[in-house]
Amino acid sequence: MIELFFQYLVAGLTYGTIYAIVGIGFNIIYNTTGIINFAQGEFVMLGGMTAVTLHAFLPLPLAIGGAVLITMLVGGLIEIAFIRWLVKPSVLRMIIITIGISILIREGALAVWGEGVRSLPYFTGNEVSALDLGGVRVSPQVLWASSVCSVIVFLLNLFFKHTMLGREMRACAANREAAALCGIPTDNMVTFSFVLSAGIGALAGCVVSPITYTQYNIGTGLAIKGFTVAILGGLGNSMAAVIAGLILGVLESFSIWVLPTAYKDVISISILLIMLFVRPNGLFGNREVMRLKDF
Amino acid sequence: MKGSRYTPVLVLLAAVVAVQLLTFATGKDYYLTQLTMTAYYSLIALGLCLLMGFAGQISLGHAGFFAIGGYTSAVLTTLDLSSLKDNSFVSGLANLHVLAVRHDLYGGQTLSVHPWAACAIAVALALGVSWAIGIPVLKLKGHYLAMATLGFGTIIYSIVLATQRFGAADGISSVPPFPLLPGLSVSGGASLRVFNFYFAWLLVTVSMALLVNLIQSRVGRALRSIHGAEDAANAMGVDTARYKLSTFMLSAVLAALAGVFLTHFNGGIGPSEAAIMKSVRYVAIVAVGGMGSLWGTLIMSVVLNFLSLRGYFGTFDDAVFGGILIAIMLFAPDGIIGADLRRIVKKLARKSVSSR
Repeated sequence: MIELFFQYLVAGLTYGTIYAIVGIGFNIIYNTTGIINFAQGEFVMLGGMTAVTLHAFLPLPLAIGGAVLITMLVGGLIEIAFIRWLVKPSVLRMIIITIGISILIREGALAVWGEGVRSLPYFTGNEVSALDLGGVRVSPQVLWASSVCSVIVFLLNLFFKHTMLGREMRACAANREAAALCGIPTDNMVTFSFVLSAGIGALAGCVVSPITYTQYNIGTGLAIKGFTVAILGGLGNSMAAVIAGLILGVLESFSIWVLPTAYKDVISISILLIMLFVRPNGLFGNREVMRLKDF
Repeated sequence: MKGSRYTPVLVLLAAVVAVQLLTFATGKDYYLTQLTMTAYYSLIALGLCLLMGFAGQISLGHAGFFAIGGYTSAVLTTLDLSSLKDNSFVSGLANLHVLAVRHDLYGGQTLSVHPWAACAIAVALALGVSWAIGIPVLKLKGHYLAMATLGFGTIIYSIVLATQRFGAADGISSVPPFPLLPGLSVSGGASLRVFNFYFAWLLVTVSMALLVNLIQSRVGRALRSIHGAEDAANAMGVDTARYKLSTFMLSAVLAALAGVFLTHFNGGIGPSEAAIMKSVRYVAIVAVGGMGSLWGTLIMSVVLNFLSLRGYFGTFDDAVFGGILIAIMLFAPDGIIGADLRRIVKKLARKSVSSR
């Protein structure tokens, strides 16, 4: 019984890491632009798919690197083509544009890769290899996923706190006009936030591909989960998103004790709805601040 | 002025008759099947247009309400209660004609809910769900509202896909016809094609007349004020929460009705009707129609749905709608025909007034 408990826990944490990374992707773009990028999940799919294709003729690390770079390029191009030149677009307009982008990416992926389910090989070992952690069997890929996620979070933290570019992006988030007055090229910061968030999404897509598989249509589901996580942690707060991601993953994992697996999505989206109704500023948000904000 | 408000409605009625005669004359009556389906899909788009264009609230979950209507009707009219015939509650319902006896394909008798009763239940359910969801959801704005409605749509889709009673991935088939008059019913039979075409479009015309009336009334002005500036509207004494909620519920009922009738017309419903892409498609139609132009929405709905149902977009069906969304929002956020059409209608109205 206790082993089963930990088994579920590990499974939940694995899914939780990818939700967390998608949530962080939302936050990066939201922080610099105030936009929720509905195509965030598509970056994860694109990363996984491209890596699988590149892996046909490249060694694994190079394939993953290439996939991340290509997805970053796509992210940047999307921003330049569809978002950069809009003057003060309304929120409704941005929502619809990013939804349109997600559909085009998805349909493009369907045309290129078809409906088939693909996956990268396990980074170390294979499907059956497992590390025995005190009675709980853990796939090495799970460790890969969680350590990559931790490294991403750590590096992002350093980047935003200690590099010039990171500080400029934060300035842009705090007050775009003031940042522009200080000579920060705010347009480029927005492009860069898309590039960064696409890259992180793609990397996550590669790391979890062996466990969760990649298909052209996984984006929408991931986007909703990622948004749930971003909301749980409080929109814009990347560190909290990690914790929220793990919470959501674990909750979802344990929900199959109560309900059939097929209803897993219903659970997590219900959590999103309840959060939106009760505490739209997140689990760790400040109540005083919540009263002053529009949701 | 009263005459001018309904002039376009009469034009619509004339166009419906003209289309039927044209297809009859050219021997292309089979177009009527897609045009009937188009009419039902237009019903959803019109409701969504009222919600998005006038009340200014986006919904990415309207396929969910369509599915609530369609699936409720499909489940109730196909379930078999004959084993419970001796139950006093069931026999009571049967005596009230809420239940109807049908003969199935194999000659056996089944006792299931009468389509009219099922329709009433479906609409009541849509009202209830939209009320329960609407109260908390409509307090949200922008991204939060979009994601919450998207979440609602996804929940309905997941439930439909995961539940055996709803046919899971296969959906529900062999839904009986919806009897209207003796000998006439909403069903897919070729002999009733013309009747079904007229019935569907009559439904659209009546809804259109009601909606046109609504938006030119006090309610319509209140809705527009919410779209313009919600806080200001509130300050002026407009009960914004109530108006938003009732608009949401009205659009949900229209979607559910469309679901009920299209399910009976097609003789079944599948999970793809509840998919997020369908919701997005309705939003695309409203956007192209000009966000807040009922007539623009209706015209674009007819064009896009008909082309899509006839298969002109081939495998790029979804991609076309995605492309349309981006193109419209980038280059013409006011829609492509909305503005012009309103000008034409105004001109017509002025003429009819001056000629009097």
